[in-house]
Amino acid sequence: MGLFRRATDALRSGLTKTRTALTGVFGALAGRKIDEEALQAIEASLLRADVGPALTKSLIESLRTAWRQGTVTTGEEARDHLANDLRERLGDHRGSITRADQGPTVLLVVGVNGAGKTTSIAKLAKRFSAEGKVVLAAADTFRAGAVHQLEVWAERLGVDIIKGKEGADPAAVAWDGAEAAVARNADFLIVDTAGRLHVQEELMRQLSKIKDILGRVIPNAPHESLLVLDATAGQNGLRQAEHFLAAAAIDGIVLAKLDGTARGGVALSIREHTGVPVKFVGTGERPEDLEVFDPEPYVDALLGLDDGSTE
Amino acid sequence: MFEMLTDRVGKSLRNLSGRGRISESNVREAMDGVRTALLEADVHHEVVDSLCEEVVTEALGREVTKSLKPGEEMIGVVHDKLVELMGPDASPPMWVEPGPTIVMLCGLQGSGKTTTCGKLAARWKNEGRKVLVAAADLQRPAAVEQLQTVVQGVESTGRGSGQVAFHGEPERCAEFGRAVGEAVTVCRNAINRARDEGHEVVLLDTAGRLHVDDELMGELEAIQTAVRPHRILLVVDAMSGQDAVDSARAFHQRLEVDGVILSKFDSDARGGAALSVRRVTGAPIVHLGVGEHSDQLEDFHAERVAGRILGMGDVVSLVEKARDEVDEAEAQKMAVKLAEGRMTMDDFLSQIKAIRRMGPIKQLLGMLPGMGAALKDMPIDEKQFDRVEAIIGSMTKTERTDPDRIERSRAKRIAAGSGTARDEVSRLMKQFDGMSQMAKSMLGPDGTPREQPAIPGLPGVGKGNTQIKSRRAGAKRGKGKKRR
Repeated sequence: MGLFRRATDALRSGLTKTRTALTGVFGALAGRKIDEEALQAIEASLLRADVGPALTKSLIESLRTAWRQGTVTTGEEARDHLANDLRERLGDHRGSITRADQGPTVLLVVGVNGAGKTTSIAKLAKRFSAEGKVVLAAADTFRAGAVHQLEVWAERLGVDIIKGKEGADPAAVAWDGAEAAVARNADFLIVDTAGRLHVQEELMRQLSKIKDILGRVIPNAPHESLLVLDATAGQNGLRQAEHFLAAAAIDGIVLAKLDGTARGGVALSIREHTGVPVKFVGTGERPEDLEVFDPEPYVDALLGLDDGSTE
Repeated sequence: MFEMLTDRVGKSLRNLSGRGRISESNVREAMDGVRTALLEADVHHEVVDSLCEEVVTEALGREVTKSLKPGEEMIGVVHDKLVELMGPDASPPMWVEPGPTIVMLCGLQGSGKTTTCGKLAARWKNEGRKVLVAAADLQRPAAVEQLQTVVQGVESTGRGSGQVAFHGEPERCAEFGRAVGEAVTVCRNAINRARDEGHEVVLLDTAGRLHVDDELMGELEAIQTAVRPHRILLVVDAMSGQDAVDSARAFHQRLEVDGVILSKFDSDARGGAALSVRRVTGAPIVHLGVGEHSDQLEDFHAERVAGRILGMGDVVSLVEKARDEVDEAEAQKMAVKLAEGRMTMDDFLSQIKAIRRMGPIKQLLGMLPGMGAALKDMPIDEKQFDRVEAIIGSMTKTERTDPDRIERSRAKRIAAGSGTARDEVSRLMKQFDGMSQMAKSMLGPDGTPREQPAIPGLPGVGKGNTQIKSRRAGAKRGKGKKRR
């Protein structure tokens, strides 16, 4: 319970800005009757949160229908209606990962350049080292300093790291990492990959190769492929998810940098179009700043519904 | 996408026109498609709303309602507005005499600052300048090493007569939150060193941050106060969403940004953030980052980005890419060869290679107006080109200069040698013939086009760079006027 409390708090603090924005609207609408102007204000809030024009339109249409039918008349009712709608769309997929029946559980972490992969991996390593032995594979052999960056984290967190030289074949590093994870009786292997734009077909193919290699050493690996998505990403985030789904069969999303002013609303569109749920959220720069994604507090925080203590 | 948008807007205007006069509210209705397109492109919603309002006013003023092609006319108005909002193109760089000119780079985490640093250094090296790059990001683990590697790469492989040196003090790095204050010292030391060693420009790579982080924002301000940079450049990720406005505003309020660099423009993001950021900071967008290599930094053209936001394709950058890859004299020689029907398999191969160097074919085709949406999900087999290259690679020298000599047994050998099927070899021969014929019929004896230019921007076909120039001039002429 304590852990969950902490998770909720961190998520809330991460979403403070989101809440401020939407509380702003619903705060102003509190105790007021809904009208066309109010609907427009709600629409603007959703757009600002990067929910995107199509999804926003459908959310607002549903709200407008309810308003016309008389089931929604006040600001509070509108807020509840929208929260239910969002929860339904998100479904309940709180951050569980698929685990190996035996041997190491392999996590493959992918994403575009600068999304926050390496930092997210440090956080995942921190989280899972509480459950067992973690080995990291530094397969980002492309970006200068990437291997060293992960090495620094590994040292700080006291976990093993398998690395290749800069410019080495990342698939070979993944292979070495998988073998080492087995040999050292690790419970988790987390594989870092180079950032790549989803439009770079050759690099996306390389990702499929890394995935295949892992599966050859450890049956069913990777058990969990995670896409790190920058919360500041706009509508292009959906394209990213689609491409990474095709190349690496991603199972979930780590929504990074949620402690900024960005809302990461494109995750809703991603869920809607690809079915891929958000599993973790990054809420700070320290290794412990990674929380399990829970749609309930996410939506509540997004709409300013959590019990009191707003600001 | 662009055609779709034009059609949609046109149709909604025309449908209504049957019922009588097109009214202001009809125009507004038609703007709905434009609004959605702009939001999809991540233009900030407030900017979208005010822009749409201005467009409606202007469209009514131009009597779009009486136009035969109201859809095109209205998109034209939108395009002009976008260009107006994002322009004028690139301000001149500010070089200080006596040097060193101090340039400070800032931006959100992961926006691409360090990569951009390398690109700026490479550009200045190419201009013959002596550059010192300082690593003032002491927060992110290994950031100093990353920059050092990037800088060394530029120094050893970058073009031009300039020099690029690195200044880093990795021992000052600290765990998160403990290195604040150290960055100022590093910057000061770098500038002193630049004075001593006679560098013309010092480039400061600062730590990335979420702008809500007051402590680190304070560090940036401290650097600014301490070293008084002549130019502060903000790096913005082209894929960013609505938040780009807030972060740009935050940086601008604390630092007064002089220019913006839009990174990762080689993604398929439409880059609406450019518009928002320009609007909020008032600072011009100076460059676009279009790849991970240090030479992949381009000048910003409002026309291009406006077109891309509307999904109109990006002919200008296609032409620029072509120009980068093809030498003018070579293109001219090639054109004459083509005209005389003297093209060889080697020429053909070098053409293919030049095209491929420009990027993935899909991406190139995506730059053509109207192609983007159509190609989105179409599989294009890049391996086809690998096979063509392999086939030509398996030909003898004589066969390459005189492909007519390739009969059945030779074709069989080539197929075996290149690991392809006989069919593929003969298909290639047919394509080659067809191309030679087409070129002969289109080009005059001196290699200039007979009637109309062939394929714009395609190296060696048509007049090469002459066309490129006229295209670009055309683009400039179109500015501020009605576009069709």
